Amino acid sequence: MSSIKETQEEIVSEFEILGDDKESTIFYIMELGNSLESFPEEERKEENLIKGCQSKVWLIADEVGGKVHYQADSNTDITKGLISLLIRVLNDRSPEEILESELNFIEKIGMGSIIGSQRSNGLASMIKQMKLYAFAFQTKQNA
Amino acid sequence: MSLNIEQIRGLFPVLHQEVHGKPLIYFDNAATTQKPQAVLDALTNYYKLDNSNIHRGAHALADRATRYYEETRESVRDFIGAGESAEIIFTKGTTESINLVAQTFGRRFIGKDDEIIISTLEHHSNIVPWQMLCEEKGAILRVIPINDAGEILFDEFEKLISPKTKLVSIVHASNALGTINPVKKIIDAAHKVGAKVLLDGAQSTSHLMIDVRELDCDFLAFSAHKIYGPTGLGVLYGRREILESMPPFLGGGEMIKEVTFEKTTYNDIPFKFEAGTPNIADVIAFKASLDFVNSLGKAEIKRHEDALLAYSEELTRDIKGFIPVGTAQDKVSVLSFNINGMHPFDVGQMLDANGIAVRTGHHCTQPLMKRFGIEGTVRASFSVYNTKYEVEKLAEGIAKIARFKNK
Repeated sequence: MSSIKETQEEIVSEFEILGDDKESTIFYIMELGNSLESFPEEERKEENLIKGCQSKVWLIADEVGGKVHYQADSNTDITKGLISLLIRVLNDRSPEEILESELNFIEKIGMGSIIGSQRSNGLASMIKQMKLYAFAFQTKQNA
Repeated sequence: MSLNIEQIRGLFPVLHQEVHGKPLIYFDNAATTQKPQAVLDALTNYYKLDNSNIHRGAHALADRATRYYEETRESVRDFIGAGESAEIIFTKGTTESINLVAQTFGRRFIGKDDEIIISTLEHHSNIVPWQMLCEEKGAILRVIPINDAGEILFDEFEKLISPKTKLVSIVHASNALGTINPVKKIIDAAHKVGAKVLLDGAQSTSHLMIDVRELDCDFLAFSAHKIYGPTGLGVLYGRREILESMPPFLGGGEMIKEVTFEKTTYNDIPFKFEAGTPNIADVIAFKASLDFVNSLGKAEIKRHEDALLAYSEELTRDIKGFIPVGTAQDKVSVLSFNINGMHPFDVGQMLDANGIAVRTGHHCTQPLMKRFGIEGTVRASFSVYNTKYEVEKLAEGIAKIARFKNK
């Protein structure tokens, strides 16, 4: 399995192929959303909603063999695509790896200008929540 | 005589730019319209040449600024057909105008068990001030229902209205759907039971001919920035005898006749409701916006906007997955819609990628969205400087996005 850093580099080079056309980039992001693992219906509830997102984003996490496994969903296709990128980078890694990671691929892709400021803030909230889960599992492991 | 749209576009500097490498197509006019050069010039000229505080200044600049400020008031009076310019009060916007009425007229004349009627189409700014008043006074808020096309049910309104009704506060044209309400009929019915009527004219004043005396409304609230004018400026029209019977809104300078520590007497209207240094520059520049509209003629503007709306409806009608929201017979130039299987925000962002600016979401009309069982819509709203070519680009963009989920 490639490292967080390597996965980020892969994503950046995939986006480079798309070039500057904003429309095809967004179509691509929306297609990515289809790769998300299906989200359990019973977890689609208020307490799993991420605060600070304009669209609805549900996020849950489990610890499987010392690694954090995330599942997420959204009611909008673009957001689903963005989540799938975060999950691809952070999923099934140890809490330490997740907490130490520096997610620079978003900036390198120039995501801010693609998705606008509202969604960029939402993306930041998602990352924060994913790291909070990692922190909780780390605390539990160290207890 | 039809309008020369290319020439009109030349008056709006902001339109001539690219976004994301595509020429800007600005279809968010119901949120705010762009400003012609004459308005920008009036703003800079005021600060460059005339800047001073108005009224009571004993010098040339103050005198000039006061004259220009009061000339706008006269232009506004003429624009809406009011009887006298003292009935024109400058506010921060439609929202403040409505709140002013709620906090002054409402607090003085609406009491326990009295009723206020609004409609399902209202913007939050014509819901919340009345809820606040009802909570304070123990009054009751009644809501006129609508049909699936987004038109109010007049029969139901007639059932709601009674001698208990003290105020009907209703939107003239819906911001979310474009529906034009039959306000003359509503006003006449309200007056029969002695109720006053406030018209929320935020979306209508730029598109429709308005004559407050012919309509016989008691209040009219609207914003300058939706009529090619500056932001942060609105108007409240009120009938003289009603304005005079209302207590002041804010206390301070300008609104007084005489102040002692024991007692203050208030100034005459409109100054009674304009406490503090007003938004002088924007008021002065607003005259240039009204001059712009008058120079083209509202009827000509409406004809052009109606043609764009009809064309957009024609081009989108058969797109697979296109769902129009709000199909009233009588509409201002608003195309509100959804695309089957897609979130409005995503649609908006896709259109933005094509340089097309639209609004998405609930448009500050959550109860209305709930009535339709949707979270929001995508809204394209047309103005005098938009073209048929731009409408074609919009329809192309919608068709492309719709194909993504509706193959």
